[in-house]
Amino acid sequence: MTEESKREKVRISRRHMAYRTMSVISFCAILALWCIATYGGMVNKIFMPSPTQVIQTTVEMARDGSLWMNCWMSVKRVMVGWFWSAVVALPMGMVMARSKAFSAIIQPIIEFARYLPVVALVPLTILYLGIDETQKYVIIWLGTFFQLVLMVCDTVSSVDKNMINAARTLGASRWQVYKEVIFPASLPGLMDDFRLTIGWAWTYLVVAEMVAASNGLGYIILKSQRFLATDVIFSGLITIGIIGLITDFTVKLLTSVIVPWHERLGD
Amino acid sequence: MAETKLQVSNLNKIFSGKTKKDPDVTALRDISLSIGEAEFVVMVGPSGCGKSTLLNIIGGLETATSGSVTIEGREVTGPGADRGMVFQGYSLFPWLTVRKNVEFGLKMQGVDAGTRAKAAQEYLRLVGLEGFENALPNQLSGGMKQRVAIARTLAARPEVLLMDEPFGALDAQTRVVMQELLARVSRETKNTILFITHDIDEAILLANRIYVMSRRPGTVRAVLEVKIEGERNHNILINPEFLKLKKKIMDMLWQESQDAAMDR
Repeated sequence: MTEESKREKVRISRRHMAYRTMSVISFCAILALWCIATYGGMVNKIFMPSPTQVIQTTVEMARDGSLWMNCWMSVKRVMVGWFWSAVVALPMGMVMARSKAFSAIIQPIIEFARYLPVVALVPLTILYLGIDETQKYVIIWLGTFFQLVLMVCDTVSSVDKNMINAARTLGASRWQVYKEVIFPASLPGLMDDFRLTIGWAWTYLVVAEMVAASNGLGYIILKSQRFLATDVIFSGLITIGIIGLITDFTVKLLTSVIVPWHERLGD
Repeated sequence: MAETKLQVSNLNKIFSGKTKKDPDVTALRDISLSIGEAEFVVMVGPSGCGKSTLLNIIGGLETATSGSVTIEGREVTGPGADRGMVFQGYSLFPWLTVRKNVEFGLKMQGVDAGTRAKAAQEYLRLVGLEGFENALPNQLSGGMKQRVAIARTLAARPEVLLMDEPFGALDAQTRVVMQELLARVSRETKNTILFITHDIDEAILLANRIYVMSRRPGTVRAVLEVKIEGERNHNILINPEFLKLKKKIMDMLWQESQDAAMDR
């Protein structure tokens, strides 16, 4: 390694340190505000519980197992619903990006469906599917699928045309161009699309669990409102946030394993 | 001239306007050329004269409005491994190592792994990239990337090599190195090459024959044989024969730009 590249490495790691420090500071600032507001007695305890209360409640829920059970139900619903939306959206988006005819047939329908608020579709899903698990998966599927198809299509369309042309003049068939060029070239963008839509899936999960469910994090948040149990609400919200952070981190880690050749600008 | 490898006959390309109001634009008018086995032909012309369009049509990536392109008598209908292309932007596959990039064409053609590895090694040696087999494209400089692209195209064993201003994005020094490299490689491999550029020095340094294009609509304005003895390297840049030819081409292109200015 040259002297210059060593120095560059140091610069980059310093920038990373600075980035992390700032992230921690912003997190601590919010925590501090929360402490001041609650321990300082500036807000009513019924509306905003103190950090101690929330921690106690969370520990209790963890001890009796209800926290884990509800987490698992929610994570399962998100994963299953999102998984099926990815499984259908991926090939559909890829074909849409490369075939004008297919795009002409599918695109208007998807653009239309994309604007339908998922909440407005909940009554129909209950009428058609009842209130079992399938209905929850379908809500999450509806919320993420139409967006994801368009995102996949966009990502695949933006693959460098010259790369495709190079492959074709090297003798690649249409199918080989898909498999050997378009798919690997889109992977970094696709991983980003996946990461974003998993986030949205959590929004729709809460929609699904607030309407007709008997467990899950969304359900305990809604139930707690009736008993003014704001500590449970806070605990549920923070749990969802933490699961979100973990998911994000996992997908990012997975991305760097799957597409190590891809260097992001600014990272 | 040796046996004809690539034949372009009375080729026209008209881009029709998007709306009825937009006029049609004639990009290429009545282009005919023929390139013999192992010939190095360079097309030089002002930018916007349609030379890239012509190369893309020969490569099968665009279609002509009329006229025909044949390779050894076979009509060209789409892209194929018989016409390898090298682009200005390298177009390497960033997820594949240098070796895998070079093997790509052979892999698509169903050649077994052993033969592929041997071919990759051979062509990487030819372009002076031994030792970089396992590097990723992002780790290479522009000149090295273009070497990989050339090796990748050669390894697929095309009948004709089509090069679209391949050294246009490189700095002046690297460009000369690459020109000398290509001159040597083409001599060793006896490839048939059609090369496009707007750099007159580059055209004369590399070519057996030069087609000078007019401005749009692109037509062939002149065909010049380059008969400079000895090895093609930077030394010929001050050869009297070279300078005479350069003056001639410069005059033609200058005339073109004058005419273009008058039109405005």
